[in-house]
Amino acid sequence: MTQATSSDEVRYQDEGKARRSLGRVLTHNLSAKIAATPMVVTVLVVFIGCTLWTIWYSFTDSRLLPTGDFVGFEQYERLFNTSRWNRSVSNLIWYGAFSLVLTLSLGFLLAVLLDQKVRFESAFRTIMLYPFALSFIVTGLVWQWIMNPTLGLQGTLRNMGWESFTFDWIAQSDMVIYALLIAGLWQGTGFVMVLMLAGLRSIDDDIWKAARVDGIPAWRTYLFIVLPMMRGVFVTAVVLVGAGIVRLYDLVVALTNGGPGIASEVPAKYVYDYMFTAGNIGQALAASTMMLVTVMIIIVPWAYLEFGGRSKKS
Amino acid sequence: MKKSVVVAAMATALLGSTSAFAADLEVTHWWTSAGEAAAVAEFARVFEEETGNTWVDSALAGSGTGANPVIISRILGGNPMGATQMNTGRDAEELIQAGLMRDLTDIAEEMNIRDFYVDESLLEPCTYEGRIYCFPVNIHSWDWLWLSTAAYEEIGQPVPTTWDEYVASWPALEEAGILPFGLASGWPIAGVPGVLMAGIGGSDLVLEINRDKSVEAVRSPEFREVAEALDDIRSVVSPETMVPSFGDVGNQLLQGEAAGNIHGDWLQGDLQVAGGTPGEDYECLPGLGMNDQLTGGGDSFFFPVLPDGTDPEVIEAQTELAKLLISPEAQLAFNLKKGSMPIRTDIDLEAANPCMQKALVLLDNGLLPSGDFALSSDTQQQMQDLNIEFLDDDSISVDEYIDRYASIIESAD
Repeated sequence: MTQATSSDEVRYQDEGKARRSLGRVLTHNLSAKIAATPMVVTVLVVFIGCTLWTIWYSFTDSRLLPTGDFVGFEQYERLFNTSRWNRSVSNLIWYGAFSLVLTLSLGFLLAVLLDQKVRFESAFRTIMLYPFALSFIVTGLVWQWIMNPTLGLQGTLRNMGWESFTFDWIAQSDMVIYALLIAGLWQGTGFVMVLMLAGLRSIDDDIWKAARVDGIPAWRTYLFIVLPMMRGVFVTAVVLVGAGIVRLYDLVVALTNGGPGIASEVPAKYVYDYMFTAGNIGQALAASTMMLVTVMIIIVPWAYLEFGGRSKKS
Repeated sequence: MKKSVVVAAMATALLGSTSAFAADLEVTHWWTSAGEAAAVAEFARVFEEETGNTWVDSALAGSGTGANPVIISRILGGNPMGATQMNTGRDAEELIQAGLMRDLTDIAEEMNIRDFYVDESLLEPCTYEGRIYCFPVNIHSWDWLWLSTAAYEEIGQPVPTTWDEYVASWPALEEAGILPFGLASGWPIAGVPGVLMAGIGGSDLVLEINRDKSVEAVRSPEFREVAEALDDIRSVVSPETMVPSFGDVGNQLLQGEAAGNIHGDWLQGDLQVAGGTPGEDYECLPGLGMNDQLTGGGDSFFFPVLPDGTDPEVIEAQTELAKLLISPEAQLAFNLKKGSMPIRTDIDLEAANPCMQKALVLLDNGLLPSGDFALSSDTQQQMQDLNIEFLDDDSISVDEYIDRYASIIESAD
């Protein structure tokens, strides 16, 4: 439909014709346009509108109500001088890097293992996917008990006679982030595995036959032939896992509540605490704007690479 | 206030359909622990008996950090309750300024409340441009050192009577395998520095820092002693020994697993529910046994402005409840159960236990403004972040703690 307004045609159009073609653009496939309107409005108002609102108020000194005056970068200065925020950011980077790499690699590995035509495959699949059915709050509470030094695994094994057994990551400032990681992986890996398994199953059997004829070992086929063919599945998995990492909040609240000290604080928790408990909207919105900027820094180059080259392909 | 008009209009639009039954009054609060629930039930009982209205109880979980945001969002979102408890302090400051809280000045004048309030400074946070918008219903103080009789029996020492004696007993306690300072994880540490400030630093220091926001006072030698005391506490607590909630610390004290704890007087409600007797199972030292004044805050009741078209009987019920909460009868019944001090001077508190009696004597010397009372929620949150971090991270020196404390006070409003 865009051809109607492309430069070649526009040159020969008189005014009336232009108006007619505009009408055609609007009425062409009308029912689809009407159906899409609610979503377009939602995107414009809720996503873009609220994002702009958020960014604007992060430059004000608003407290409980969004009524403050413009103060420039004051909220951001305070934000980056706050050790809790800086710790939150570095925690998220560590957690994010480990979580992304381990979820994807473990998920793929498990999918490959399940792909070996094992018996009771659906039973295994159910078991692996089951943690995903639990919310982060439940996951956090369960692991809080398991990892609690006096009540959980450590206490149990010590009571059974293994006196030297130590597993107290949850109480160690420098290890608690890995305790979070264990719970996060337990919850999220099964889902990635199922995605990957679906990807593996969509690979044409002929590829496998050809690889076998050429005498390529199975592991090389997986790594160098099947894996590149599953690019779409990988992108989906990365986006889903990545979104989960940035909004990491409920797991931390349930598992450690940011402790010990501020050792497991995350940005989303900082935003929540300053928004609702401290009643400082300006500070909270500055923090959430920084979260948005971080996501943009990752998404924009990727989107450029992914969609910028689209015209060549099609 | 243009904003208030807008919000009120929103409230009206959203809540046109709320007039349920004549005088049902929804009351929100976060008094959910055993002792607290018993106390608020007294308010409800007196209210229903005296006025014939119905008290619709909406207890919210999560105390100040969890429930407060819910209450504020409901009022801001145009779904106000009939009455609500909040902490005496500055949490509701902007709600009052935006005109979302009912003006109680007429009731206050009718009852001559300034005649019987223990300390007029309690009414300061409720006052805006000379009008009164809330009624404090009790006084709570953080300034208590709780000591376990059982723990000191075990090491064969008398129960300390001052902070210094208590600190001196720590080595012996540790040798006997007793936790010198029991602590719950999270917010309970946030109140401790204020208590140390009042006990060790003295009344002047509290006034200079909390009321005048003086940075020099934070850098003074008196405050350094306070920070060093906090450093001492840090040396005997570790994340492995922390318990999930402050009530658990009460149990540790009663069983002699922990020797002492600094916590607000509401801990006493839990100690009593757990069967402890003051003087026998535990001792209490108000002001760490060193100061003759207590820092205090407490709880207040607010009455949000109800939308136009609300049944007048509900508004009348608000008035009745406001009067009743600070009446002698309700004050006595409530505070005995709550373990807090009443706001009226003209109440006979013979039934109060020895710890409360000690507090009542100190209350005559006037109340110091606690951090909860004098600092904005934003400043309190920053203090809490700092204290939690300091307690866990041994690499933060006392000097750095003082610097960071000073910069928070400097930017406090």
